[in-house]
Amino acid sequence: MRITILVFAKLGDLVGAPRLVREVAAGSTIEDVWRALAGEFPAAAPYRAALSAAVNAGYTKFSTPVAEGDEVAFLPPVSGG
Amino acid sequence: MPIPLLSVTSDALDVEAVVRRAEAEAGAGQHGAVAVFIGNVRGENLGRRVVELEYEAYEPLAINAFGIIAAEAGEAWPGVRIAMRHRVGRLAIGEASIVIAAAAAHRAEAFRACRYVIERVKQIAPIWKREIFDGGEAWVEGATADPSDAAARIAAYERACG
Repeated sequence: MRITILVFAKLGDLVGAPRLVREVAAGSTIEDVWRALAGEFPAAAPYRAALSAAVNAGYTKFSTPVAEGDEVAFLPPVSGG
Repeated sequence: MPIPLLSVTSDALDVEAVVRRAEAEAGAGQHGAVAVFIGNVRGENLGRRVVELEYEAYEPLAINAFGIIAAEAGEAWPGVRIAMRHRVGRLAIGEASIVIAAAAAHRAEAFRACRYVIERVKQIAPIWKREIFDGGEAWVEGATADPSDAAARIAAYERACG
């Protein structure tokens, strides 16, 4: 199934684009999506411990399964305000 | 036209508009106090001369985060109404990056709620700043955003009441 992946700030720089479209296997979780992304962009891999995740613009856990058409976002440590 | 109660914009921030929006939400005659926080771009950070800041947001999640934070403030200080607006894009030194207005019946809860909201924005809002300074640039990284982290929420509350 096809999903959209959003990455922000330093993570966006490491990946080289703010938005990617990828095919993932049915039953994949957000953790699986991250593993595939980190495999594709090894420089991003060390970020895992500091990341938060969102699906369809709602905060979520890495154990959440993804569905066709989902927008999955990986959020580095925030610095707003 | 009034601005949204909770918003992200690339336009320069209008403090009065945010104050008026919080007051409208509280209702005429209901807000004996409005506390306002304005976050500005500083010209110096970690001993470096800052040239400008660039803010990026995941806007729909940022609006959700603002909603979570405003609801938490309403739980802690019943009756308080929050309006806030965060700017994105490139900001010059001295420009405002965020305006928060907390309208309440009395000053104590208005001040506390306003402080609580900025602390929580810094903890969980999906917004990032890139500092362009003399000799380079770097993304600033603060807290790992986790709205369900009870310890962070308590820390924000304690700062608000300290």
